[in-house]
Amino acid sequence: MSADPGLAPATTTVDPYIDDVLDTTAIERSGGDGFSEGGDVTISNYTINFGPQHPAAHGVLRLVMELDGEIVTRIDPHVGLLHRGTEKLIEYKTYAQAIPYFDRLDYCSPMCMEHTFVLAIEKLLDLEVPIRAQYLRVFFAELTRISNHMLNLGSHVMDVGAMTPNLWLFEIREDCYNFFERASGARMHHNYIRPGGVHQDVPLKLLADIGDWLDTRLPRLFEDAISLVADNRIFKQRNVDIATVSRDDAIAWGFSGPMIRAAGIPWDLRKSQPYEVYDRMEFDIPVGTRGDCYDRFMVRVEEVRQSARIMRQCLRDMPEGPIASDDRKVVPPKRSEMKRSMEALIHHFKLYTEGYHVPAGEVYVATESPKGEFGVYLVSDGTNKPYRCKIRPTAFSHLQAMDFMSRGHMLADTTAILGAMDIVFGECDR
Amino acid sequence: MRAPAPAYAVALNDETIELATQAIGSALTHAVELVGEVQLHVHRDGLVPALTALRDTPGLEYQQLMEIAGVDYPSRAERFDVVYNLLSLTRNHRVQVHVATDEDHAIPSVTGIWPVAGWLEREVYDLYGVLFEGNQDLRRILTDYGFRGHPLRKDFPMTGYTELRYSEEEKRVVYEPVSLAQDFRNFDFLSPWEGAAYVLPGDEKAAQPQAKGAQTPVSADAVQKADAKAEGAKPGGEPAKASSEPYAKTTADSTADTGKGAPEADAVPKPKDPDVIPSKLGGQNE
Repeated sequence: MSADPGLAPATTTVDPYIDDVLDTTAIERSGGDGFSEGGDVTISNYTINFGPQHPAAHGVLRLVMELDGEIVTRIDPHVGLLHRGTEKLIEYKTYAQAIPYFDRLDYCSPMCMEHTFVLAIEKLLDLEVPIRAQYLRVFFAELTRISNHMLNLGSHVMDVGAMTPNLWLFEIREDCYNFFERASGARMHHNYIRPGGVHQDVPLKLLADIGDWLDTRLPRLFEDAISLVADNRIFKQRNVDIATVSRDDAIAWGFSGPMIRAAGIPWDLRKSQPYEVYDRMEFDIPVGTRGDCYDRFMVRVEEVRQSARIMRQCLRDMPEGPIASDDRKVVPPKRSEMKRSMEALIHHFKLYTEGYHVPAGEVYVATESPKGEFGVYLVSDGTNKPYRCKIRPTAFSHLQAMDFMSRGHMLADTTAILGAMDIVFGECDR
Repeated sequence: MRAPAPAYAVALNDETIELATQAIGSALTHAVELVGEVQLHVHRDGLVPALTALRDTPGLEYQQLMEIAGVDYPSRAERFDVVYNLLSLTRNHRVQVHVATDEDHAIPSVTGIWPVAGWLEREVYDLYGVLFEGNQDLRRILTDYGFRGHPLRKDFPMTGYTELRYSEEEKRVVYEPVSLAQDFRNFDFLSPWEGAAYVLPGDEKAAQPQAKGAQTPVSADAVQKADAKAEGAKPGGEPAKASSEPYAKTTADSTADTGKGAPEADAVPKPKDPDVIPSKLGGQNE
């Protein structure tokens, strides 16, 4: 999993944790009359603006960087440029109307976002979910993980200079979107997972096609693309030993997901706090040994293989049966039923206007999204709208650590660090 | 718990409340378990020692601060709740720490315990205006540069106060007061099925005999308790079935209930017409 220890060191040799070293060099260089004792010309630190429109910023991120030559001494990330007030909007929407907002948070892994919110609603309602629906949710959550990692791995590789793997990985991503479209009718904003189950059952042909794809096209394209970079000398030089994060730092800075696993902590909510049918799945948790950008990259690479493994188990074990709860006060009736039954028509009308009332209570539900722990803190006051819906984005904590992770590294390393963090601003800024 | 929510060590809840009560001491106002989650309500003066104890006491070990959420209850004297969500990696357990405050009283910052709190506190400050004493960098974070107000307060309108557009004349983005082409519509879905707080026009009579419906809102905790009781009542049995009924009526006797209601108390019996010969089964003229 980790880098070859015999490999050449990375682009910079300054230890990012020793602030003292940085401070003393800064004083030496800036003090005096313009010439220090060694005869070097004094250069003062200068500040540059990275973004908000920058292809390597993965969205609208503005970094105010203080540089000493080409060495980063301080980074102040300015976020919030994509703040759309999602949490405020959700307070004015019924529960069913709020689900599509979650697709638009992390638009690279929409299904995992809505999954968390739906789990929070179900916890408050104490609603049973049929086993087939749970399998379908896990199945599509893992497909989402694959499609998310395709984007992240590809753009990370491109940020450090390689073009080809990204194009290949986007082929896989396109396949994933075709599958999503066939299941939910939408390529990106699915609104597929609903309280009580999923919106629609999938056709058998779709499952068969995904099964074929998992066995043939995915491994061929993916392993080809990764073989170009995983052992590549240039790629390793750009990533190994860049922004190493120790275990203690990873815990104190609230890391989760691949970021905490790369730091050597085997923590995955799918294993430790299993939801849906994850406790029936067999899969491994990849863990890094050094906590650098290369480890983060390779953890995600292995997660893709494990996700494919989970999906195969889902296909093998998924039973026939209903795909939504039979609680008529939460799950709206199917259209065919609505056309024939007056009761169904009334329920349909009531559920799509007033919606269902969620019992008063407060829950914090967190799931393992592809980027880490994505949480929803949901406060209900017993009406049909959430009283408060706090979204815990993964990127917020990770991006905050950007400052200490990049200190002492070169300016060019910030793109590698940012790429290995896997940040999407729809989710970070909400 | 039937819902497929993340299953962490819920069995540790009672033990956690007990240990936390000892570790935090007098700063803990009360501790409850609701909907399977532990809530510790702590007074803001003792917040930092309390959270340090939660992190460092063996047997509690909440190493990670995952989230700080603000909640606004405008009717309360101390209107804001700040909720710290802690996670223990070693015990696989979560806990919520609630602190109440108002606009004027600052909450001590926990950046000394968890550096991640820096941005999380900035966010609560930005969206709610809660002050954090000791946070070195308490700037706005999510809202626009130069934004005024705290948008997630309940008294802040959803539309906001200003809108911006690119001005072709001035060649820059200009801010203007919000003007809506259509008024913001907030439908009152709660009436009349579940009982509105006011009398609807033309619906004045409805108040006289107390209408059925308008159930008391039940709390999630009550649902869970009742559920646990039902499951405990039949040991080894399968989980309780959903109480709902299918749409189609399966019994014929229900058709007798036409829904015409009971006659009024002072109703005069219908006069009988001697010309009408009553049929055996009671015709429609009866």
